[in-house]
Amino acid sequence: MKKTFTLSVFTDNKAGLLHRVTTGFTKRSINIESLTVSESEVAGIHRYTIVVNLEEAQVKKLVTALEKQIEVHKAFYHGEENIVYQEIALYKIPSGVITHGGLAEKIVRQHGARMLAAEPEFTVIEKTGYQNEIEALYKELEPFRILEFVRSGRVAITKPMKELKEYLEELELAAGN
Amino acid sequence: MDTLTKTKSSAKAKKTVRMAGAAAVVQSLIAEGVDLMFGYPGGAIMPVYDELYKSQDKINHVLVRHEEGATHAAQGYARASGRVGVCIATSGPGATNLVTGIADAMIDSTPMVCITGQVPKHLLGSDAFQECDIIGITMPVTKWNYQITEAAEIPEIFAKAFYIAKSGRPGPVVIDITKNAQFDDLDFVYEKCTKVGSYVARPTVNQEQVEAAAELINEAKRPYILFGQGIILSGAEAELTDLVEKTGIPAAWTIMGLSAMPTDHPLNVGMLGMHGNYGPNIMTNECDVLIAIGMRFDDRVTGNLAKYAKQAKVIHIEIDPAEIDKNVKTEVAVLGDAKDVLKALLPLVNKNTHTDWHKRFKECDKLEYEKVIQKETEPTEGALTMGEAIRGVNELTNGDAIIVTDVGQHQMIACRYAHFNSTKSNITSGGLGTMGFCLPAAIGAKMGAPERDVIAVVGDGGIQMTIQELGVILQTGVNIKILLLNNEFLGMVRQWQQLFFDKRYASTEMVNPDFQLLAQAYGIKAKRVSERADLSDALKEMMEHEGSFFLEVMVGKENNVFPMVPSGAGVGDIRLE
Ligand SMILES: Cc1ncc(C[n+]2csc(CCOP(=O)(O)OP(=O)(O)O)c2C)c(N)n1
Repeated sequence: MKKTFTLSVFTDNKAGLLHRVTTGFTKRSINIESLTVSESEVAGIHRYTIVVNLEEAQVKKLVTALEKQIEVHKAFYHGEENIVYQEIALYKIPSGVITHGGLAEKIVRQHGARMLAAEPEFTVIEKTGYQNEIEALYKELEPFRILEFVRSGRVAITKPMKELKEYLEELELAAGN
Repeated sequence: MDTLTKTKSSAKAKKTVRMAGAAAVVQSLIAEGVDLMFGYPGGAIMPVYDELYKSQDKINHVLVRHEEGATHAAQGYARASGRVGVCIATSGPGATNLVTGIADAMIDSTPMVCITGQVPKHLLGSDAFQECDIIGITMPVTKWNYQITEAAEIPEIFAKAFYIAKSGRPGPVVIDITKNAQFDDLDFVYEKCTKVGSYVARPTVNQEQVEAAAELINEAKRPYILFGQGIILSGAEAELTDLVEKTGIPAAWTIMGLSAMPTDHPLNVGMLGMHGNYGPNIMTNECDVLIAIGMRFDDRVTGNLAKYAKQAKVIHIEIDPAEIDKNVKTEVAVLGDAKDVLKALLPLVNKNTHTDWHKRFKECDKLEYEKVIQKETEPTEGALTMGEAIRGVNELTNGDAIIVTDVGQHQMIACRYAHFNSTKSNITSGGLGTMGFCLPAAIGAKMGAPERDVIAVVGDGGIQMTIQELGVILQTGVNIKILLLNNEFLGMVRQWQQLFFDKRYASTEMVNPDFQLLAQAYGIKAKRVSERADLSDALKEMMEHEGSFFLEVMVGKENNVFPMVPSGAGVGDIRLE
């Protein structure tokens, strides 16, 4: 059975690595639902957060294959129950609807979103949450005319307590053999 | 965690020498012990060629006739010598011509370093003359690749490249060097690499896993060993033979593992896979414990996985964690270098003979001999067969030669029937099945093991894919024996058309050139035989000739290779006819 898994892939911070990581998916014809790259808590180590929809056996093979890449230090996969995650969305709407109606403003508040930027012509609303929450706000704002919409990939923190640093130290030790 | 992103460098500072990047490339190669490389020059790599010219006494550069030939020659060299094969090409088309050989080396775990020239850094991304993103192109088919844009990076990157190519599960590495980095000066100092970040080349063997494996082996009634190239790559040939002799377990090989154990060893039961021996395939579905060592359960070995060894408990001894449970679910996985694991395992296994179990293999052998082998290797009438040519070779070499094969029927026949006494003797394109591999690989193999006889067994299709490499024989005088098994067809594809496409021979019949004239044009002595009575004398003449020899054997046009596991079928459904 296919499920949503979130991969956390920790790599060196070098040019071309995105290609190296994604070839692991291309080769297996696996679709990436979302991908986010950022620093991690360890200096010099980048973190790829990748969401896929796969069977567990497939995701397991994918993760070991990713770990094979020389510059990939460690890769993990987690089911929804083992992570805390969010996405962020920005909505650009005409400023007129905010000042005149009051309704749009109420919707924004009800959804736990906020006004990020208010320009004479447009207002940018920001919502952080789960995908369904972001979609729900989209539906409600739609009648006011959404001029532009963008949603980020998922960022996720994993629940297990072992720190990346410990894994990396273990690997460093094993690599010295 | 600072060290993670750097290679380990020893504290003692060495003296540096000021030199150009191109000179640093050559000095790095010399520091890695490289004395032979294969390549083809061009604009973007000319500074390095100029330095190679100056260091001819240290590094012999073999000029191939097409860059693909350089990769296969480097592969043949690596496989015969156990060293890293090195090849070099210019940017753009020179670099892209390497790709097939790189992919081949990747899937067959061959240590190789490929050096490519690149346009100057300031022109990168401008679609400059002969610019091509070879790093992007080779990303999925390299163990590692890197573009050097500054001269100062050269020694460290070369050290890393050789370490990565050779260590752990070996593979190809591409180093792309922009022209400015070849011209600019650097302070050169070379330190060998012994570690790269968190890359674990040789996992520590887990004793508990070894004990679990030993327990399964000791309790097994019908244990069965499958061995692959991992044995050769880790140098575990002696340990394998010790294990097999102590436990009495029958052992079968994949074509990449062939020659890791002498073919006439009584416990060596033969070849696995689609055209493997009957017993080894059938018994895969009869054994109770399957011990896979340094092999990866390729689909040409397993056939339909749903019908593969379902009754058996599987032990997988493997250096690459990504291979564990990839195709076949294991009961016990022992992660590690085959030699390390077998050393740990040997004292824990009980002595045994498994006589009755061996009898079952023998019964299968008898059937296969009657239905297939006798007809193939000792025919008395009809057209010549590939099998009798290989039998003739065996009689002359006594199993001491290196046999390099191309891809197709002749490859399967050679792997099935060639005799081998020692390791690193069977060189073939196993995983990628690259036609054109044989001729350049044989040249490389001879250069990697000059004291040994090298026989290139090739088909009339495959030889024409890299036939231009006859020019290397002409220019270098390298001594290889080319045995062309000519069926005037793309035989293996024709066999499938006959069996599965109602004999519709779509584009498989070959109108060939006169190979005799062709070989002679390259200064190579040539002979053709089509009569049984002439075969053994011709083979003898080939082997005794001083220098390269081209022997063309005209074989039956529509002969087939059997046994065969049809695609989609299980190993238990192997057909003898
Ligand atoms: C580069 C490449 N192209 C196509 C194939 C598909 N293929 C596999 S075997 C074969 C026929 C080989 O014919 P030949 O070299 O004459 O050898 P034979 O099978 O007759 O011994 C072909 C076309 C391949 N393996 N490699």
